[in-house]
Amino acid sequence: MEFALSEEQVLLKDNVDRLLAEQAPLERIRSYADGSEPGIAHMLWHQLCDLGIGLLLIPEAADGLGLTVLDAALVAESLGSAVAPAPVLGSGIVAPYLLAEVPDAGDALAALAAGELRVGLALSELAGAREDSGVVAHNGKLNGRSLHVLDFDEQSAYLVADGKRQLYLVDPQAAGLSGRSLTTIDRTRATGELSFSDTPARLLTTDPDLCARTLALARIALAADSLGAASTMLSAAVEYAKQREQFNRPIASFQAVKHMCAEMAAALEPCRAMVWYAAHKLDEREADAVMMACHTKAHIADVGKRLAKTATEVHGGMGFTDLLGLHYWFKRIGFNRQTLGTPAQLRREAAIAQGFIDNTAQNSATA
Amino acid sequence: MDLNYGPEYDAFRAELRSFLDTHGHEAPKGNNNPKAPASLAWQRKLIEHGYTARTIPSAYGGAGREPDILKARIIAEEFARARVAAGLGGQGISMLVPTLLEMGTEEQRVRFIEPTIRGEMIWCQGYSEPGAGSDLAALKTRAELDGDEWVINGQKIWTSTAHIADWMFCLVRTEPEAPKHEGISFLLLEMATPGLEVRPLVDMTGSANFNEVFFTDVRVPKDQIVGRRGEGWRVANSILGNERDSLGNPNATLTRFHALKALMERETVDGQRLIDDPVLLDRLMAVQGKVLAMSANDLRVLSAKVNKTSGGGANDTRLARMIIKLEGTELRHELEGLAIDVLGELGLAYGDNPLLRDGGSWQAQYMYFLGLIIGGGTSQIQKNIISERGLGMPKEPKFPTARS
Repeated sequence: MEFALSEEQVLLKDNVDRLLAEQAPLERIRSYADGSEPGIAHMLWHQLCDLGIGLLLIPEAADGLGLTVLDAALVAESLGSAVAPAPVLGSGIVAPYLLAEVPDAGDALAALAAGELRVGLALSELAGAREDSGVVAHNGKLNGRSLHVLDFDEQSAYLVADGKRQLYLVDPQAAGLSGRSLTTIDRTRATGELSFSDTPARLLTTDPDLCARTLALARIALAADSLGAASTMLSAAVEYAKQREQFNRPIASFQAVKHMCAEMAAALEPCRAMVWYAAHKLDEREADAVMMACHTKAHIADVGKRLAKTATEVHGGMGFTDLLGLHYWFKRIGFNRQTLGTPAQLRREAAIAQGFIDNTAQNSATA
Repeated sequence: MDLNYGPEYDAFRAELRSFLDTHGHEAPKGNNNPKAPASLAWQRKLIEHGYTARTIPSAYGGAGREPDILKARIIAEEFARARVAAGLGGQGISMLVPTLLEMGTEEQRVRFIEPTIRGEMIWCQGYSEPGAGSDLAALKTRAELDGDEWVINGQKIWTSTAHIADWMFCLVRTEPEAPKHEGISFLLLEMATPGLEVRPLVDMTGSANFNEVFFTDVRVPKDQIVGRRGEGWRVANSILGNERDSLGNPNATLTRFHALKALMERETVDGQRLIDDPVLLDRLMAVQGKVLAMSANDLRVLSAKVNKTSGGGANDTRLARMIIKLEGTELRHELEGLAIDVLGELGLAYGDNPLLRDGGSWQAQYMYFLGLIIGGGTSQIQKNIISERGLGMPKEPKFPTARS
């Protein structure tokens, strides 16, 4: 029995952390966020690919590394720790996981492995359509619009979900496809909106189980990203409190401040094991893997929200400034919380997945 | 990652299940007198089979098996699953026996361990005092050596089970001139000793599980000291860790979660099941999320103990252990409180009220866990420990006092 990271996993995470510490320091995050150096996201993606991150979830038979969801979660955690803008979620995590299970998608998988294909995620249908958005498929063509597209990029292909929870791949040059970038609080993430007008799309799967697992993977990765971002905020708060002096002593010696930090640590520490557990269950395809992914993302969203607030408060007025840059982590945690299912939605899904309530009650209650 | 225990453990589990199927009916039911013949016989049988007192050497009446964390876990899981009374616990077995094995003399081990694990000698713990709670080392109960005897004067409080105990292990000040942590000794004494008076202390649940214990010239043989004079603080601290680990057991919380879910399926308001109420369901699910997080945390801690890993970074589990008492007791309190909200006015039923649900356990546990949040190191003390030992934050400066 072992519930711990292997040596290889520790090494993988250390390598990613080291790369991001060198290549994605706060000044660079800032330049990307203010739009002055938009190329940083792709530069980081290429550097991560040099470490093999692009190949993590591609099976060995398709020239990938054939690693696990847990390995992907560790990478996502590192990205969150550094608030790195690299578009890993779509191209490095969700697309390879899905394509590896689609019988005749060898060409797309090969293009991913070769670094010739990047994939953004238009999955917001799966978390409920807003603003009368929605995507309808008919005769291999898509119509409608998808909001809150992740890893949005004009050069990317997109993984698109329709209202029947079927998944498609849409080429960046496809007819009738148009997109616009949308500004969110989180400037470390490229987000946009896609419109489809009789847009040709390649059907990848109609299998509800595969769709559910793909969504679970994306949610675990977002939870891991928040775990990383929250860990950084906690460390920053503790370090700041040790340095900052008031009333002739470090504020870290005041019980009020210590208890804020202890509460953050006590709430966050179990989240690490929870992400591992959720990832492991998905790797093993356990029956409760989807339920666990819902709970993990919901729980970490709640812990993260509280922690982001508290860690900012420990920094006092400086925490509120742009100068310190702590807000990038605050916003990243906020972004992950809202994306692909809010805590209330996820908890409801977890209840349905366990048969606590009837599925048919869902629509009336969430409306 | 490998959550399988392996064939040796699967076989152990199967053997234990068959034991429980065959003999489970012999176990005592409910809260009987712990010294009833059936209880003592069941305890002896469990020791004989190695299902309790498992790692206590056979020379001291134990089962003499090798320490094995997974087997210990399987035993706890299977007795809970079968709802059969597991081996006896209590402060003598869980705290004093490990201490004697670590620090006791051979004579003390021979004399005390066997009757204690067999359930024939019940102990209570005399630590806290009216003026020494969170600041336990400030304790003032004094013991002075007079010839071959310690003479004890003072008062203890929050002494659970003192009213049924045969013996007490306690902390007393023997070196009044020494710095406060270095002037304490760990003594063992018989409750029947003249000069010792036990007064029950009724708690908010209405039960009297705690007591006050008064010492007036209580005379105890000189050799009933564990460790040397002035070493009592170190002796006591080695077992406080055990207590904190056991107070936040996630398996027990998981069992209560299932009971809460079942309650919400059964209870209705105006004919509607309460689990179908979106607000209550969301609260239930938020609790489940926390329970799952603590279960995963527990697996991580268990794995580190089993594999004796002390790796740094993500495999460092010190913080994961340190938070269990704080998070575990707060979560249980929240869970029990949610059940009371679910029950609405029925949640107030208590005592002999015929409308009581689940034997009144929701209110009783809600209050009891508030006691556990305070006892065994309050949540605030836990936060000091987490911030100082876990996060490396400095201690609060001490104010100068007359004696510190």
